[in-house]
Amino acid sequence: MPSVSWWRCGMIGTALALAWTLGLATSARADDPPSCEVPSYLLTTESPLAKVTDAVKKGQPLDILVVGSRSSTINTSEASAYPARLQAALKDRLPVVPVNLSVELQPKKTAEELASGFVKLVEEKKPILVIWQTGTVDAMRSIDPDEFRTAVNEGVSALQKAGADVILMNLQYSPRTETMISVPPYIDTMRAVAQERDVPLFDRFAIMRQWNEQGDFDLFNPTHGLELAKQVHDCLGRALSKFIIDAAHLGPAQQN
Amino acid sequence: MTSIVNRLGGPDIAGTVESPALAPEAAAAVPATTVPVTGERELRLDLFRGLALWLIFVDHLPPNLLTWFTIRNYGFSDATEIFIFISGYTAAFVYGRAMQEAGFVVATARILRRVWQIYVAHVFLFTIFLAEISYVATSFENPLYTEEMGIMDFLKQPDVTIVQALILRFRPVNMDVLPLYIMLMLFLPLILWLMRWKADLTLALAVVIYAVTWQFDLYLSAYPNGVWAFNPLAWQLLFVFGAWCALGGARRMSRILNSPVTLWISFAYLLAAFFVTLTWYIPQLGHLMPRRLEQWMYPIDKTDLDVLRFAHFLALAALTVYFLPRTWPGLKSPWLRPLIVCGQHSLEIFCLGVFLAFAGHFILAEVSGGAVMHALISLSGILIMWGVASLISWYKHEADKGAARKAVRSNADLAGGG
Repeated sequence: MPSVSWWRCGMIGTALALAWTLGLATSARADDPPSCEVPSYLLTTESPLAKVTDAVKKGQPLDILVVGSRSSTINTSEASAYPARLQAALKDRLPVVPVNLSVELQPKKTAEELASGFVKLVEEKKPILVIWQTGTVDAMRSIDPDEFRTAVNEGVSALQKAGADVILMNLQYSPRTETMISVPPYIDTMRAVAQERDVPLFDRFAIMRQWNEQGDFDLFNPTHGLELAKQVHDCLGRALSKFIIDAAHLGPAQQN
Repeated sequence: MTSIVNRLGGPDIAGTVESPALAPEAAAAVPATTVPVTGERELRLDLFRGLALWLIFVDHLPPNLLTWFTIRNYGFSDATEIFIFISGYTAAFVYGRAMQEAGFVVATARILRRVWQIYVAHVFLFTIFLAEISYVATSFENPLYTEEMGIMDFLKQPDVTIVQALILRFRPVNMDVLPLYIMLMLFLPLILWLMRWKADLTLALAVVIYAVTWQFDLYLSAYPNGVWAFNPLAWQLLFVFGAWCALGGARRMSRILNSPVTLWISFAYLLAAFFVTLTWYIPQLGHLMPRRLEQWMYPIDKTDLDVLRFAHFLALAALTVYFLPRTWPGLKSPWLRPLIVCGQHSLEIFCLGVFLAFAGHFILAEVSGGAVMHALISLSGILIMWGVASLISWYKHEADKGAARKAVRSNADLAGGG
């Protein structure tokens, strides 16, 4: 009898070891060189951006609207924040396409408060692509994740119905406030909604954490000035441009 | 055996520690009374509670290499479920016996004393938290995080915040387990009283409360907004289930627990849960998931103890009980000693773990980050927990020597969180 138990324990041990190896494999895949490289799995998505693809193929201007809270800008230098950097990167990569970008900042508003204004907003600006950065305010106010889920879901579907492609962008990786803001439920919720509504999710949290771990940026450090913020936003903008190009199948290999 | 087991080898507690719940195969040998006679502490309870404490500590640190070793990455449930279940189990065992011997009033008084201890521990942790936050708030200046720093706004009204913390409505992240535990322990006298009257009915009542909570979306509100991160109205189910197992329910379940059907169902469920969790970490797999299933399944709610989490815990427990008999010799090996010792002083070690997680954050922020430092902090945290637990064991052993001649009393540290 004891020998049987030992054998069973061995089996469990092996299974666990396998599971761990798998876990480690996913985390080890990120061993790219520094300088804000992003592992490719964080920049690929199965969800399409059909309207963006269309617009670019037809040579129409690409109108992008970024909706977000305070973390979508940098105090005193909006030109260095990721929306502006995204626009620059896209112009770089798609030289023949006119890229127009506008930013709708709604500081301190939850997803629910924002989503109610979406129909009007899209009617006004008629964007082809809406990048919705959300979650931070909800996490800080510890909105019930269920309500958050409903709000994001309704917001995305309102945007889709109004005729825009949507990208969801989740929270920043902010190690200093980790003991104060409970982030995981909101990230999980956004991932679930993105899957459910089949929209790409730009995983800002995972990407920034990756940079912190790779040593590109020391996001823990309390005393960094404006320069760090500018660099991070520049990297975010470029990563986001790659993400859009991949999702809309606009890469050099995919275009023809 | 070491001090703690000897100490518990007295006529009083020793008998209470027999665990039919986790030892179905021993059930046949045990007479059908509520209080079995064999005299050894159920080390599996200590072992897994110790494990839960370590995992909670690691989960409270920023994600690092060790985080991959915590069970929440491989299924729906996590260490909290283990902790609450075992707490319910042990609390019912110790105080159930007290109620049988000394009556309702005395047992209630002893439970309330325990509640007070947990409350004081919570307030102590809150003080440390407040100190840390205040420091961060005054020293942190990073334009990247202007928005996130808004969370410090509560420091502008310390009067309100501190009072709200004292009435358990303001609870910082990672400090949610103790308030839940306080609430559950507060209701323990009632639960035990009902259990001793009709155990199955009590469990059924717990299920009803759980169902009603889900149906009508009941919750306890928190300050400044939001809800309790662990809804006591839902989590009581696990606690009451633990108590029910301790008071003989598990013995009656032993046939179900031993049946191969249960084992295969559990195994299949755990495997399925594992694949679902894989899709969280490898988003490319997401498209293998049937949309219907996703819509039905998500979100897997921790606040209200989602039924998927509960089932995941049950499956884990069923397999554990089956593959790890209470007579397993490994339980006495020195390698598992650190875990067991930690599990035997769970309130102290839990609080220590929360504190160490705060301290770990602080070191990572102030000294240096990086993977090596992360791993080092996790490991030294665990070593400190082990060291302190050993120290407490030693001290209690010495103190008990002096008190040994006096009447032997059940010791609260066996009971939940002790």
